[in-house]
Amino acid sequence: MTDTTTISSGHKTVTGTGVKRREDRRLLTGEGKFLDDLNFSEFLEAAIVRSTVAHARVRSIDVSGAIDLPGVAGVYTAGDLEELLQNLPPKVVHPDMSHRVRFPIVLDEACYVGEIIAVVVAENRRIAEDAVDLVIVDYEPLPVVASTASALDKDGPIAHLDAPDNVCVHITQKAGDPDGALLSAPHVLSETFVISRGGGHSMEGRAVAARFDEVAGELTVWDATQAPHYARQMLAVFYEMTEDQIRVIAPEDVGGGFGPKAQFYGEEVLIPFLAKKLGRPIKWIEDRWENFVSSAPERTQTHRMSVGFDDEGKLIVIKDIFEHDQGAYCLGLQVPSITMSTLPGPYKIANIHSELFSCYTNMVPTSSLRGAGRPQAVYVMERMMDRIAEHLGIAPEEVRRRNLIQADEFPYAVGLLFRDGSPLTYDSGNYPGLLEKAESRIDLSAFRDRQIRERKEGRFLGVGIGMCVEGTGLGPYEGARVRLTNFGRIMLTLAAAPQGQGYQTVYAQLAADALNLDMDVIDVRHGDTGNIPFGQGTFGSRVTANAAPAVVDACTQLKGDLVKAASMLLGVPVDQIELSGTGAFVVDDPERTMSLLEITRAFNVGRHGIAVKPGSPVGLERTAYFTPERAAYSSSINICVVEVDPETGMVELLRSVLVHDCGTVLNPLLVDGQVYGGFAHGVGNALYEEMHFDESGQPQTVSYLDYALPGALELVTPELVDQETPSPLNPLGVKGVGESGTIPTPAAIANAVEDALRPFGARFNRLPITPMRVLDALGVLD
Amino acid sequence: MTEQEQITTDLHPLHLTVNGKDVDSVLDSRISLADFLRHELRLTGTHLGCEQGSCGACTVIVDGVAVRSCLMFAVQLNGSTVETVESLCVDGQLSRLQQAFHEEHALQCGFCTSGFLMSLTAHLREHQVTNDQEAREALSGNICRCTGYAGMVKALLAVGDGESTTQ
Repeated sequence: MTDTTTISSGHKTVTGTGVKRREDRRLLTGEGKFLDDLNFSEFLEAAIVRSTVAHARVRSIDVSGAIDLPGVAGVYTAGDLEELLQNLPPKVVHPDMSHRVRFPIVLDEACYVGEIIAVVVAENRRIAEDAVDLVIVDYEPLPVVASTASALDKDGPIAHLDAPDNVCVHITQKAGDPDGALLSAPHVLSETFVISRGGGHSMEGRAVAARFDEVAGELTVWDATQAPHYARQMLAVFYEMTEDQIRVIAPEDVGGGFGPKAQFYGEEVLIPFLAKKLGRPIKWIEDRWENFVSSAPERTQTHRMSVGFDDEGKLIVIKDIFEHDQGAYCLGLQVPSITMSTLPGPYKIANIHSELFSCYTNMVPTSSLRGAGRPQAVYVMERMMDRIAEHLGIAPEEVRRRNLIQADEFPYAVGLLFRDGSPLTYDSGNYPGLLEKAESRIDLSAFRDRQIRERKEGRFLGVGIGMCVEGTGLGPYEGARVRLTNFGRIMLTLAAAPQGQGYQTVYAQLAADALNLDMDVIDVRHGDTGNIPFGQGTFGSRVTANAAPAVVDACTQLKGDLVKAASMLLGVPVDQIELSGTGAFVVDDPERTMSLLEITRAFNVGRHGIAVKPGSPVGLERTAYFTPERAAYSSSINICVVEVDPETGMVELLRSVLVHDCGTVLNPLLVDGQVYGGFAHGVGNALYEEMHFDESGQPQTVSYLDYALPGALELVTPELVDQETPSPLNPLGVKGVGESGTIPTPAAIANAVEDALRPFGARFNRLPITPMRVLDALGVLD
Repeated sequence: MTEQEQITTDLHPLHLTVNGKDVDSVLDSRISLADFLRHELRLTGTHLGCEQGSCGACTVIVDGVAVRSCLMFAVQLNGSTVETVESLCVDGQLSRLQQAFHEEHALQCGFCTSGFLMSLTAHLREHQVTNDQEAREALSGNICRCTGYAGMVKALLAVGDGESTTQ
């Protein structure tokens, strides 16, 4: 049945508006579908025996007690899984890199607490966990590397047997003549900064389930991953299967990602393999302790930073030498590479020396977390900008203003290389605009008057700035497929998988506008390798800048097909057809319409054995991939106001003004949500979150009783100010936003704390700034 | 019989009311309320984030009080009345709090959301929430990693007037 009014009523643009999320209802009513909600009656459940020592030779593993436990289906060690003893390769590598082989399961040398020793499969999780406790592992302890300082100590312990040292890679990048410039600069300041380990802490941990269909020879894997196509590729290599024999599904609902779920882990290899071997589906759900000891954290870096500048505070040279902790194995050099290229930030600096010592330790391997190497670089650079301001007696915002790249200087070549080896070039931005907007919202001069008044009353308030750029929208590509379904709806399929970002909403908006159809006829699904063959995944604030152009491309192509189909069915030329609402209409005679349902019946469903006209647009479906030339640069500034209690050391966040520029905004509600959440993560890194390990490499923070995540009382809602500088690198002008709230925040808060305590001359070079560290810096603890 | 086998076969009869329905079961004493709800009753809206009482994702209401279902054994609840997130939406109508969460973009991945809804539903039955500080205190027993709580604070203020939040 055709309702002409809904077809020819004209299209109202929805992209750019704050459409509320389609995802919400099922999640609000308890009907979301997370991986652990999968329910097959024949499911077995797995639990993992993990190394309890940071470095040891595994002499023997006695599984007899575990196997004898009623309800246990099997206990598997490396000896049972020889075909899986292949290297899990790092993502980003470097020709000079020294590799350490990472097997999915320990063969004979355990290199961190949490590494997989054995897998127990049982009728349920309780029995599996009971059996884990019955596995007896005989460890011969080996020397332990529990810090980057220890790793790089020439006389120190070695994290792996048979390795000459702990260096993963040593890379130096230079622009101009940094050493000469340091000698001739009128002023030089040097500092050491330490950033501590923190985790991703998605509220849902990692999870994998798998079922093997013996008849079809196909393996279905459910994986709470950010990158299902990457997981499928890795599994195809491990299992020597083709990609068509493996289907990886990231469930419709994945409970947060933030980076760790973009990596590929031993469990993802082991669980599907055992499901195939045992002929039973198996499920493994990471618990919170496992999340602490086995999901990749980030952030640990030690920087030795020197900066040379003139009397006006203009930057002449920066020289930064930093240590980065890869953990026991290298999951990739992406994080330190990003740190290197993020260091110069929004500033014009002629002479740059950036030098990385990345090293192996006996701690859980690290990788990207929200921010991914950038918060550290920004922390170091922005702390030095404040030190310059203090040294010269110039306001910190003024020092920044004098050094910013101007809005008319894009594209701007930084002088360093990006992680793919290409010249690091910013595509677009307006950094003075960010500073001006943030300054005017927070009213710095009024704040400084108040600061002086409050100090007389014994209250110590401070203000701090953090400014940054952020390479987003990394390639190589992302894809979208759009189809007219047999029931006259539009099915948009994304390769990328979301973890709360609202893809089902924002991509329906984009598709509606590209097709000129109602958003209500468009369904969005995602994260299933069975539905679209290629994809890269959700990480590095990359999906919008890749998938959005792909969606528009595919929808534009399908629109052409739909117009052609309607023109054939209505017998009018294609230039007489427009789409609107739920179908097509004739421009000169809008009462004449053709619904999507009628089109699909004619050309997709068809009539068995009955020919259609030659050239008919049958099989109405289009797939498109977008390949960005290079990263699109987002930018942001955060100005924070804090109060510090010098007696308790507590830092209270009073205010944050955050201006972020992610180019064209597709849905302001979702963009703001990303910034709020990213900000909270940055506050955690600034003030609360820290993973401690003792000298023997034992993690000391393995629960939320030991590891402080910010709650509602620890946060304020940042005041957001918009700025849109579209990227020329994609047709929509979009850039990434997922990390914009995180990256400048630790720097801004640390600068604010130091500003608050300036009367005491207290220095804070180590994150997080805990009450104990405040008291220590004030000399109260002596 | 080994000690392990004794532990896994320690059965108790259990009668309770869950979301208005009578439930009878015979259960291992070791099974948590969360696992009972999720596995036995298939009420999978209750989520487990830490299994240690810290994150609050598993919060349900027992006899009017918000509790961590990961920290209670199901067999402790003989004769009790349990409300889970599945009870909030009545006849297809979201509760005021649920609706406010939707309007204010108070959820992203949604994994923690059930726990927040149950904590806040219990809170709002006895308290008004009229300012930012009161809202943050009401939220402070649960952890969310996605939203920075910004939308939840707004949602809570939108419904914190003391009117019933269940309709």
